[in-house]
Order: sequence, then structure tokens, then C-alpha cells
Amino acid sequence: MLRYVAARLLTAAFMVLLATLAVFLIANSVPGDPVLSQLGDLAASNPATVAEYRQKWGLDLPIWDRYWIFLRGLLQGDLGSSIVSRRPVLADIRDYAPATIELASVAFLLSLLVGLPLGILAAVRRDSWIDNLARLVSLVGVSAPTFWLAFIMLAVFYGWLDWAPGPGQLDPVSFPPDRVTGLLLVDSLLAGDWETFQDAAAHLVLPSIVLASATLGLITRTTRAAMLEALSQDYVRVARAKGLRRRAIVLGHAAPNAMLPVVTLGGLAYANLLSGAVLTETVFSWPGLGRYTYQSAVALDFPAIMGITMIVAVVFVAVNILVDLSYALLDPRVVKG
Amino acid sequence: MSATALPAVATPGQRWRRRYGLAAFGGGVILAWVLAALAAPWIAPYPPDFVDVAARLRPPSAAHWLGTDTLGRDVLSRVVHGARVSLSVGFVVVLLGALFGTLVGAVAAYAGRWAEEAMMRLTDLVFCFPPIILAMAIAAALGIGTANTCIAMLVVWWPKFARLARSLVLAQRNLEYVEAARSIGFPPSHILLRQILPNALGPLIVLVTLDLGNAILVFAGLSFLGLGTIPPTAEWGAMVGEGRQLVQQWWVATFPGLAILTVVMGFNFVGDGLRDWLDPHARTR
Repeated sequence: MLRYVAARLLTAAFMVLLATLAVFLIANSVPGDPVLSQLGDLAASNPATVAEYRQKWGLDLPIWDRYWIFLRGLLQGDLGSSIVSRRPVLADIRDYAPATIELASVAFLLSLLVGLPLGILAAVRRDSWIDNLARLVSLVGVSAPTFWLAFIMLAVFYGWLDWAPGPGQLDPVSFPPDRVTGLLLVDSLLAGDWETFQDAAAHLVLPSIVLASATLGLITRTTRAAMLEALSQDYVRVARAKGLRRRAIVLGHAAPNAMLPVVTLGGLAYANLLSGAVLTETVFSWPGLGRYTYQSAVALDFPAIMGITMIVAVVFVAVNILVDLSYALLDPRVVKG
Repeated sequence: MSATALPAVATPGQRWRRRYGLAAFGGGVILAWVLAALAAPWIAPYPPDFVDVAARLRPPSAAHWLGTDTLGRDVLSRVVHGARVSLSVGFVVVLLGALFGTLVGAVAAYAGRWAEEAMMRLTDLVFCFPPIILAMAIAAALGIGTANTCIAMLVVWWPKFARLARSLVLAQRNLEYVEAARSIGFPPSHILLRQILPNALGPLIVLVTLDLGNAILVFAGLSFLGLGTIPPTAEWGAMVGEGRQLVQQWWVATFPGLAILTVVMGFNFVGDGLRDWLDPHARTR
């Protein structure tokens, strides 16, 4: 087990190093010019201004020197400074991350709470109306464009029915609670501010449903397939022959064995939620990493883009390792194989 | 699980419909969109860029079946023309990505040793990055435009095909017919392309079909963010983007979105059906 873990960690570290190089090369070998996009045409026509700007942001150094600086900074937790906000990228990310983590976590919870039971029921009552419903929900969820779904939800539940609050994390008139974790739900509870908590929760409903839609489909389908597989195994037949109740067979025998593929997918789905937030956050004016990424990409803010891509790549690799390890725990055969 | 009622015996026709009905329906939807895209200049009631400011933001009516947008352009005409962009981008990205990825994966599996190691680590590397974010960064850096966005998508698109092709070739590599081909003296390129690949094609085709919908979704997303087509090109994602503030004039954003939804669902239905057809075992399980 220890050897397995060590090998996985070593590979992961190597992948992260390669990823830094890839991110750096992409950001540097492309024709887009951050100077032009930042200074505007007028300022960019003045050579002195341009030279000063290039020197200030280290754009005039040879490429390998810049990679070395980038790498050395990374080791010290320094991702450079954003060209747009003029603040350290890491500070920006720390400010924007909680909103995304909160949204993605609620969405993930939602898709598990609906997707697992739906998938299990669909497998148990195969070809019934609930199986068809599950298929429809997952197909629409996977096929609907997130940004469009977000628009429809806002138009119907905010614009037309007025059941849900509009875009944003809080009502414009309410004050955010003192920042402790950055997660509004947690912070407002810590501050004992029940009204803000309700407000924040209400604002989470629509975006988390939208963000959950695609993941929900994946989880439902995977659960159903894995449950069908488990239900056809001999131990299920034995359990039935023993006269165990159906609930005990499904939940006690089949479901735990069907969780392996669901765990794999769940881990990846959570990591995907973090990045899938780009479109949802843009529509819902959600002050999270997704919107920050989008704004940086449009402004050609390379330090910020590199920083985010780096962080997300690290999260991806980390989630992959966690999935692998939980796999090894759930199924000891993995380590031997 | 319980067999309280015996299921009525299905006729072959019913069984076929139950098994492939959705796939056939999806195929029909795709066919309709392809035809609409091909015939767009003739079936669209107005030119897609025809601006009529006097008739801006009109709700659906007899003159404009799907209403008009902020510039008075006919939404129906733009949706029909948008099919050209979305479908061709989908096909180009997925086919080129599949071609390149399959080659990389197949060559890696067949070559083995360090070549395989290097190629698969490169694949893993691209997999580290979430596709949308990497594509966004590349698209923004290359500059906005349909071709550049396709390039950005291709960079992140091929690895899944490389992985699948590698596993498929690995499974075939030591089978008897390959050994026979080798002993006859066929060169490796012939064995790989003419013997192994045709036998491994099924799962690749399923992935291509399912992926077409996915590619259309991602491209529409990038366009929605303003990183895809250049205005005033009629493109579904960009149209939803233009209409997203117009909650009262819901038709501006709703119909292009429905177009995306139907095309993507069509490809998913067909892909699902193909998978069942190629692997009947998966269905009866």
C-alpha cells in the first residue's frame, strides 16, 4: 500500500512540474500581446510607455529566465501579479475561490442527493416509468447548454414568477458578514446573522441547480449501470434465496459494491464543477473563480490565467490521487493488480 | 426483479422500436438540422444579417416566427444559419481530434517501450487541465475567431481518443490474426492501419458520435463568452449571449438555446443507440 501511494505521489509531482512548463509555454508562445490589450491603442503608440510597461512586468527578459522566475516564485507560493487588478494572483484567487467552492459544493451535494437515489431506483425498477424519467433527466442534463439553462432559470423563476432572487451572491442592500472562511453560509452563521444566511442560501438555489444539472446526469447514469451490474451478481441471488428483504438486499448488499465507479466519477465530477462554474458564474454574476478566469482570459492577463490554470491543474491532479487512493481502500485488489 | 406479471411478448418491431427508437429519433433530428444547414440560404425567410431597426425585439409573429433581436434581425433566419457554424465546427474538431488522437494512441500501443511512455505522459499532461479553462486561455491568446477557437479546442480534444485507441490496440495486439499478419511479413504500418484499426473501430465511432454533441456544447459556450465567432456571425452560443439580459424578450435567447439542446440530444441518442448495437451485452445486463 505504502509503495503504491508513494508511486502515485511521485508521478503526480512530475505531472505538476510538466504542467507548469506547459502553462508557461502556452501563455508565452501565443501571438496575443498583453501590452496592447492592457494599455489601449493610444498609450501603446508611445514607445517609452510600452518599454516601461514591459520592464515593470518582466516582459523583456528571455523566455527561459522568465520560466525560472515563474518556477522559483511558484515554490514560494508566488504566482506573480495580475496585470489587471495589480494584486498578487494568489490573493485574487484566495478572494474569489470561496464563492466558487461554496457554489460547487452545494451543486455537488444536490446532484448526489438526487442522482444516487434516482440511479438506484432506475436500476431496481428497470424499464419502469422511473427508469425512463431517470434517462430523460440525465440526457437533458448532459445535453442542455449550461449558460442557456442559467438564462431560462433566471427568466422563469426570477423575471417571470419572482420566486427566486436575481443574480449575485447577496441582495445589493444587505451587508456581507465578517469574512472568516469566505463562505457566506458559514460566515453568516458564525456571525449569528440569520437574515444574511437566508439571503445567501436563497441566492444559491438557481445557480447550484444549473451547475448540478450536468453532473446529476452523469451520476444517475453511472449509478444505474453499476447497480444493474451488482444486482445480477451471485451474492444478490444468494441474499434473495435466504429470504432477505428487498430493501436490505438493494441498500445493504448491492449498493456498497456499486459505489466504486460512482466514486471515480464523483471525484472527477467535483473537479469539473469547479471549472464548469465559468459559464454559470458569468450568467449569475457570481464573484467566483470562474468569472475571474473569464475576465482574465478576455483581458489577456497572463499571470492571472497561468495562476488559475496552475491551481486548477493541481486540484485536478490531487482529486485524481484521492480517487485512486479511495479506490485502493474500497477494493484491495487494485493495489495488487 | 419480481415476476408477478409476465411481460407481454414483444413483436420484433416493438423490440426494435424500444431498443433503437430513441436513436432513430435522434438521427432524424440530426438529419433535419444538417438539411437545414445545407439549405439555409433558401429556407431562411430573411438574410441572417439583415438589420431592420424599426422591427427590433418583436415577439414571435407571422412575419417573424421566432421574433426579432435587438437589431431587428430575424431570429429564425439566424438560428437556421447558425446550424452551419455549429455543425461544421463540431465535425471538424471531433474528426480531426479523433484522427490525431487515434494515431497517437495506436502508434503508442503498437510501438511500446519509451515511445509509448512518452506519448501517454503527454496525453496525461493535457488531461491535467480542465478543457474549458485551457481552451479559454488558448482561444483568448490566439485571438478571437472561429478558426482559432477550433485550434484551441483541438489542443484539448485529442487525448481521450489517444487513451481509447491505445487500450483498443493493446487488446488486439497479441491476437492470432495480428500474429498471422506479422508472420506473412506485412510491415507494421500495414498491420496497424489495415488489420488492427478496422477491428477496433466500433468503440471509436461511439465516442465520436457522443463527442460531437459535446464539441458543439463547448464551442457554443466559448462563443457565449465572446471567445468563439466574431459578430455579427449567426452562431447559437453567441446569440444566447446577446439575448441573455433580455428576460422580457425571452425569445432572443431561448430559441438558439433550444437549437443547441436538440442537436446535442440528437447526437447523444444516436451514440447511445450505437453503443447498444455494437455491444448488445450492455443492454441486456
